[in-house]
Amino acid sequence: MKRLLIGSLIAATVLATGVVQSQAQQKDWKEIRIGTEGAYPPFNNLNAKKELEGFEIDYANALCAKMQVKCTWVVQDWDGIIPALLSNKYDVIVAGMNATDERKKRVDFTSVYTRTPISMAGAKSIASTDVSPDALKGKTIGAQASTIHMNFLEAHYKGSTARGYPTQEEANLDLLNGRLDYIVADRLSLEDFIKGKGKDCCKIVADVKRDPTIHGPGVAMAIRKEDTALRDKLNAAIEASQKDGSLDAIGKKWLGFAPIQ
Amino acid sequence: MNWCSLPGYWIGFEVLERYGCRLADGFLITLQLVGWSFCLGLLFSLPLALMRLKAPLPVRALLVGYMTVFRGTPLLVQLFLVYYGLGSLRPFWQEMNLWWFFRDPLYCCLFAFTLNTAAYQAEIMRGALQAVPRGLSEAGRALGLSKGVILFRIELPQALMIALRPLGNELIIMVKASALGSLVTLYDLMGATKFAFARSFDLAIYLVAAVVYLALVEAIRRLWAVGERYLTRHLVARA
Amino acid sequence: MADWVALLSFGPDGWGLALLQGAWITLSVAVVTLPFGLALGLAVALAFRSSSPFWRTAATLYTTVFRGLPELLTLYIIYFGIQLLVEHLIKLAGLQSQFSISPFLAGVVALGLVLAAFSAEVWLGAFNALHKGQVEGASALGLGRFQTFRHIVWPQLLRAALPGLGNNWMVLLKETSLVSVITLQDTMFIATRANVVTKEPFLFFGAAACIYLFFSVVSSIGLWALERRSARGFAPVGRQA
Repeated sequence: MKRLLIGSLIAATVLATGVVQSQAQQKDWKEIRIGTEGAYPPFNNLNAKKELEGFEIDYANALCAKMQVKCTWVVQDWDGIIPALLSNKYDVIVAGMNATDERKKRVDFTSVYTRTPISMAGAKSIASTDVSPDALKGKTIGAQASTIHMNFLEAHYKGSTARGYPTQEEANLDLLNGRLDYIVADRLSLEDFIKGKGKDCCKIVADVKRDPTIHGPGVAMAIRKEDTALRDKLNAAIEASQKDGSLDAIGKKWLGFAPIQ
Repeated sequence: MNWCSLPGYWIGFEVLERYGCRLADGFLITLQLVGWSFCLGLLFSLPLALMRLKAPLPVRALLVGYMTVFRGTPLLVQLFLVYYGLGSLRPFWQEMNLWWFFRDPLYCCLFAFTLNTAAYQAEIMRGALQAVPRGLSEAGRALGLSKGVILFRIELPQALMIALRPLGNELIIMVKASALGSLVTLYDLMGATKFAFARSFDLAIYLVAAVVYLALVEAIRRLWAVGERYLTRHLVARA
Repeated sequence: MADWVALLSFGPDGWGLALLQGAWITLSVAVVTLPFGLALGLAVALAFRSSSPFWRTAATLYTTVFRGLPELLTLYIIYFGIQLLVEHLIKLAGLQSQFSISPFLAGVVALGLVLAAFSAEVWLGAFNALHKGQVEGASALGLGRFQTFRHIVWPQLLRAALPGLGNNWMVLLKETSLVSVITLQDTMFIATRANVVTKEPFLFFGAAACIYLFFSVVSSIGLWALERRSARGFAPVGRQA
């Protein structure tokens, strides 16, 4: 038993020291850890080679190059993406996150770098383009859990059944499987799905009317409230990228048009 | 104010006050899910165990395969196979008029959990049946009792008594496993808690869920112990 | 069929390599958790047998909590909770440091705490199966406490505990599938990703099931051999009526 005990003690110590890196706080932000989800194409996506790709990945890397800082990426599932920021697993969230009031209670946001329409997708056979709460009464609508889209459903579509999924892709899959009648998400994310796997089954039915109190002003990067220096630095870089056209260029590559609509 | 928002109000925990009713609804779903799948599993377990022991070889081999696969792989894999796998065969289910069943996440969970727990419970029953001393059935045969009487009046009561404790453990395992339902959009207690957490980012709500689960498991454990003592009182008295 | 082979291949669009890496992570989590969980479980069992009511109460509380909580919940609480706790402590101590609990460590700690609670029960049963006369005999022979434990108690304890611990290991192997929800890229995580990307649920969850089944079957064969080894010197026991 001794051997067992000692062995596991050693293992525990090695592991613990492996993670506690007592480095001085990076006040000058020469290194930034970026958290993203990796399941929201074309914004961020983890491919078969387990590499990150997408608009936000390219854009954030371009900003890092501009700011001359070393950036590392951390993949985090959506449900835990804000808690993980707050518990210092990374310094900034770049994951298609809308800067809503609800979230502003816990984190700070940079300037908006993307604002795209929000739409409902459904089966090809749907004839009507009416996606108002009255029209969708009794229908089952899916969205990613803990997103503004879910909050939107909860707030306005009380007559429908709302289902929350761990990732957007799982919601897409269930629309394809026919479990859901509609899904609601960013139009671009839906288009990505409809161009690919959802080609034969589904279409974008209509855009939904934005509710500013729920949807917020647009997509921004989230940081901890105390990191004001980082926020200013990122804001400056975002502004510069808008002026020199690099934001639009990267946007066109991945999204097909300028990211701020 | 609803009764279910009261606990949060009393202890001054705003998040619990706001989402208390969702948690209560989730708790009911957890209870339903566990209750139904455990009872259905129990129903299937006995015939499965008997077939596993007494049926002809091909049937036995099939059952060994079923029990090995369902006991050898995580419930999460089984749940996803049912939810995403069987759920992707809509045309087929529609033809069979079963789509209403596989469309609903609650039924999918019920289906996967029942298959899983039936395999475990059948194994418990098999062990219990085998643990009944052979002398009992031999004595029954010597008395000229029929096979059915030996099985139902002599072997089964003994076996059920032996199986009682592991069955209780299995029920508790199912309570805990039911939290997986939250991963396929079910708003059970765990799903409701995650919902509340996603809105409030307050970790304390997880602790509330922890207390509820603990209370449920403790209650089951105690009730089960009382039941066990009652059913085996003739043994206890002798000891 | 050819599609399926391509999807499982090791080529650029195949998920074969990713699945193998996932299987490796699954195995590493389980193997690293095992000694930690078993040692902690033994400590808890010793606390149960302690003469101090404090330790006994602590042990009861510990097993009640970690046997009763859903593993998924334990995992969430450890993953986010420990992080916040340690951060808080570091700040309290006035130190400036960055602490980050990796999903791997969080998974190992959470699964280890649960394993300890369940294995404590097994250790306890093994202690109870140990005849009191064995220890008395050892002390009559003049063996020290350590010697008694090493040569008399431990071998018998292990033999009695082995079937139960083997069972714990099988449960642990399957429970590792939960670490996928805290983004550890284990078998289950890869299968989930592959499913949403390729829309082939049967293929990938089937492959994941095969990986777990393979581990389970190999383990049960290994355990069978181990049980035979630890029982050597004992006459084969017949039906225990």
